[in-house]
Amino acid sequence: MSFFEMGGYAAYVWPAFGIGAVVMIALLIFSLQRLKSREAELQRLEAAGGGRRGRGDPSDDNGDDEDAT
Amino acid sequence: MAVKKKKAGIGIHFFANPARFLRFARKIFPWVTIIAIACIAAALVLGLAVVPADYRQGDAYRIIFVHVPSSWMALMIYVIIAVASAAGFIWRHPLADLVAKSSAPIGACFTLISLVTGSLWGQPMWGTWWVWDARITSMLVLFFLYLGYIALHSAYDDPTKGARAAAILALVGVVNIPIIKFSVDWWNTLHQPATISKFDRPSMDASMIAPLLLMVVGFIAFYLVVLIIRLRSEIAARRIRNLRLAQTGN
Repeated sequence: MSFFEMGGYAAYVWPAFGIGAVVMIALLIFSLQRLKSREAELQRLEAAGGGRRGRGDPSDDNGDDEDAT
Repeated sequence: MAVKKKKAGIGIHFFANPARFLRFARKIFPWVTIIAIACIAAALVLGLAVVPADYRQGDAYRIIFVHVPSSWMALMIYVIIAVASAAGFIWRHPLADLVAKSSAPIGACFTLISLVTGSLWGQPMWGTWWVWDARITSMLVLFFLYLGYIALHSAYDDPTKGARAAAILALVGVVNIPIIKFSVDWWNTLHQPATISKFDRPSMDASMIAPLLLMVVGFIAFYLVVLIIRLRSEIAARRIRNLRLAQTGN
């Protein structure tokens, strides 16, 4: 039982680890969800406009300088 | 001169091609995931259950195993953002800004964990949740720098402008890093000095250092896991933007 009591400091030790876990897991889940929704949207767009972009290699676009100037 | 330039170019631009980066990321992703889970689990078991209590702080000192690694990550990720911002600024490296942008929320989360766990450690040890001492205040400034960076990055319609503005903030804010690092030496603060130092013997027993270092390795691996996820998401967002532009532009 003394493991959970943490020598009387349970009210500080467990919340410290708990908040760390909650923040990190929330960040992970949020990041994964955003990736999923963006990849789904990308697939939708590529399926819709695939014929128009047929000339280039699709895996090699957007690498270089579209942000420049 | 030309040779030197070319050499630098190979190193810096190796991951300039997102397709090549994505292949590399896919390869290392399972490994960093395994390292993150294994190291954090081992650190939790060792730090919470195996290592004995501190003779002065009792079991409260166990907060160190989450507080110190998250504080180190908060500083390390900020330095990564500053270096990546400089690279994006100087060489217009296409992936550098995405690394900086994707790292910022992760760094902000670690800073938040550092502040909250520090507060939870301060209450039983110092009798207060919060003091405006140099270490704690400069850490709060770091948290606001992260928030400012994230806000500035998304404040412009043109992502290139947002990236430039945020990069300038990141580079100016980097002066805060040595202030945080040396605050416990420069000023008379309530915060205790570094436990692990390059020059002195650690003020901690070797058995207590193992869970600390395991947690650091686990947190670095966790950072890489989330960074890869967020980078893939940013690259997808950029392709979505380009496809939209191509469809409306033609």
